[in-house]
Amino acid sequence: MYRYDEFDQQLVNERVKQFSGQVARRLSGELTEDEFKQLRLMNGVYLQLHAYMLRIAVPYGTLSSKQLRMLAHIGRKYDRGYGHFTTRQNLQFNWPALKDVPDILRDLASVEMHCIQTSGNCIRNVTTDQYAGAARDELEDPRIVSEIIRQWSTFHPEFSFLPRKFKIAVSGTPDDRAAIRVHDIGIQIVENDRKEIGYEIFVGGGLGRTPMVGKKISDFVPKEDLLAYLEAILRVYNMYGRRDNIYKARIKILVHEIGADEMRRQVEAEFAEIRKTGALHLPQEEISRIEAYFRAPAYETLPDESTELNKAVLADPGFANWVKSNVAAHKMPGYAIVNISLKPIGGTPGDCSSDQMDAVADIAEKFSFDELRVTHEQNLTLAHVRKKDLHTVYEALKAHDLATANVGLITDQIACPGLDYCALANARSIPIAQRISERFADIERQHDIGELKINTSGCINACGHHHVGHIGILGVDKKGVEYYQVTLGGAADEKTAVGDIVGPAFTEEQIVDAIETIVTTYLGTRKQGERFIDTYRRVGIDPFKESLYATH
Amino acid sequence: MAQHTRKGAQFQAVTANRLNDGIVVYLTAGGRWSESLQEAAVAEGKEAAEALLARAEPAVADNSIVEPYLFEVARDEGGIRAASVREVIRQAGPTVRLDLGKQAELPDVHR
Amino acid sequence: MQLIRNGAFVEPDFPSVADDEALPEGPAIVSLERWQAEREALRARNTPIGVRLKSGQEPSVIADDLDMLAVVALELPIFRNGRAYSYARLLRERYGYKGEVRAVGNVLRDQFHFMIRCGFDALEVADNITPEIWAENVGVFSYSYQPATDGREPVLSLRQRLAQRAAAREAV
Ligand code: HEM
Ligand code: SF4
Repeated sequence: MYRYDEFDQQLVNERVKQFSGQVARRLSGELTEDEFKQLRLMNGVYLQLHAYMLRIAVPYGTLSSKQLRMLAHIGRKYDRGYGHFTTRQNLQFNWPALKDVPDILRDLASVEMHCIQTSGNCIRNVTTDQYAGAARDELEDPRIVSEIIRQWSTFHPEFSFLPRKFKIAVSGTPDDRAAIRVHDIGIQIVENDRKEIGYEIFVGGGLGRTPMVGKKISDFVPKEDLLAYLEAILRVYNMYGRRDNIYKARIKILVHEIGADEMRRQVEAEFAEIRKTGALHLPQEEISRIEAYFRAPAYETLPDESTELNKAVLADPGFANWVKSNVAAHKMPGYAIVNISLKPIGGTPGDCSSDQMDAVADIAEKFSFDELRVTHEQNLTLAHVRKKDLHTVYEALKAHDLATANVGLITDQIACPGLDYCALANARSIPIAQRISERFADIERQHDIGELKINTSGCINACGHHHVGHIGILGVDKKGVEYYQVTLGGAADEKTAVGDIVGPAFTEEQIVDAIETIVTTYLGTRKQGERFIDTYRRVGIDPFKESLYATH
Repeated sequence: MAQHTRKGAQFQAVTANRLNDGIVVYLTAGGRWSESLQEAAVAEGKEAAEALLARAEPAVADNSIVEPYLFEVARDEGGIRAASVREVIRQAGPTVRLDLGKQAELPDVHR
Repeated sequence: MQLIRNGAFVEPDFPSVADDEALPEGPAIVSLERWQAEREALRARNTPIGVRLKSGQEPSVIADDLDMLAVVALELPIFRNGRAYSYARLLRERYGYKGEVRAVGNVLRDQFHFMIRCGFDALEVADNITPEIWAENVGVFSYSYQPATDGREPVLSLRQRLAQRAAAREAV
């Protein structure tokens, strides 16, 4: 994985010094809260319901074991012994004291981590596929270009005060696991007829109050021009994005108002000008330098079949279920990708204790080249595990309550912090996810239902991706009482779609039964082997509406 | 932030977060900031509420608390109760982690 | 209000003149509207003149007038409105403007570094800004990842030079 050189480290150290100074000025009263708020919001420090919240960047979701151990340490020393992995592959702590934040930042900097641009109206942490470097159909490791973008966007002098936050995601495979079409910019790595690698560009996707699917504005941007092209998009946005209304300030609104064709024209015009200067031309030397950090680890030559694995699958049904749902195909024979579910039945999606972090760090060190990933579905991934080690890894995970066999199944839900933690929330999200998880705990039933994504947000900001859940749940507030609105048919993959609202909202007491009704309706309607989302696309919303509201 | 204020609420109290650690606090009748809702001063009627909120200003000025605001409460045998789900959660802690927050530290939170 | 030009605290000059105000003796800054309405008269004064662009008034509208202007003042109505950073870069890099680009309005110390990088060479700042505060904030980061107007060598090319030097040493 990428390692800092003297330049990277110096910049992070200088940022720690700068922010520590700002905290000191606030605590001494030199800065008012109004002045400080915009400064802390440029460094991931929010004031939440119970305390401050600190968001730590996990660039493109990759962590070394050492880094994860440091996060565990910070959780223990400065927080309450746990952290929350988010849909943007970051980590949030829910209870840090403001006065401790400078110390936390110093600890982070010692392992090449930081909170830079994890909030504020700037270019945020770039996210990507958790299977980067391990997926079979990958054209190129998306972390290479993600790292190039990380550097270009860090302390960008022109784009640090954009109309609104700006999120970029990259996918290196045709199967999109990074939800690139619901990002401000989505980058799909592609290959042209001449076998050259380049980038397909989507702009204007986003969730929140006005969900939109990104529009393609370029089929192929050559490698050496990517930064010039991104700078062109950002400049058009910085100049013309709306600043009169915070709800209309995202680039999706600009693209929607002027249209994708006009957006393309403006970006191309700006791109042509920027390209002329040559300043952002990416030299092959630099691409190669960064590529070298993401070179394949020292794989062993192994037979693809593992007799150890086959035996264990037969002997241990729990393990067999886990292999079925949590293990994915690897590009190398004899290797597999392991997904670690952070969704134990009845647990909080994305939460991970410091002890669990230490355990995962140890397992990653021993069995997956000392490195792991955070997924946008709030799970963790070990990208390169030998098949013959799978059972040992499973046992080690199980000892820390980390072997829930549900990845991709109905209890593998995304949920935002909601009203249990979030100051902006209208309703709780986590307890809803927990009740649903308990209702569908039976593993046989989960496998029978198959792939089904339920996403819950506690307000319209959509941090829990509810618009793009196959089933989406949105918490709303009706006169101080929590209600839940349901959408169906959303998806965040290569066939991204925003879900349709099924009808009037449900109470906290009704919502789990409503989900069960939806599932039962699907089971009664599906054709052999048909996933929920495919059934929905085939039959539409009406059968679900009928079964949900007919008897009410 | 939909839930905490309600126009025409009869009883209100003032809450804020402490600057240096962010912990939720309530303004008491004696002008202190307590971690417990049960020690909060309760104002009846709009004018008394505005006056109570004004008494938070010195603590904002001396940088001990941030973002003070009024929220609706009720009184019953059990003491002071927050009216909205949001404020109930603030005075107790996350409903999904009963081992954390004031519910684990103070004897008199309510749900 | 104080004026910092090329890193030095200087006596404020080029006062901003409202549209319904008479022009003072000597240099001044007028709005874009006044410039467009009174261009010939303003040029005939034979006194240096500047134009003030509001957020939303792009530099392209004065691209052809730039050699007549001593100052282009870019308004920051509120610190979080960052349009002027793009305007400054366009003035310098696209239109080759060599005169003064001045930041006026809500300019925070935490923005000095970015503004200088984008081609501003003069900043109107609050009275509590001291030369120490200026120096600390303008120099907050020793390196830059991306090329901008200030011509600072980006990290990428520093790295290449280091690599070349290392290669040369090895070759010896
Ligand atoms: C707890 C403090 C948080 C605050 C104050 C917050 C605030 C917001 C706001 C205001 C938006 C709407 C932006 C817009 O539509 O322009 C948003 C969107 C979003 N947030 Fe959060 N959020 C928080 C936590 C989280 C967490 C925990 C996650 C991940 C689980 C997350 C991930 C996202 C995502 C994915 C979006 C929607 C994508 C988009 O930007 O369109 N946020 N957030
Ligand atoms: S969706 Fe709303 S409730 Fe959930 S974390 Fe985001 S802002 Fe908070």
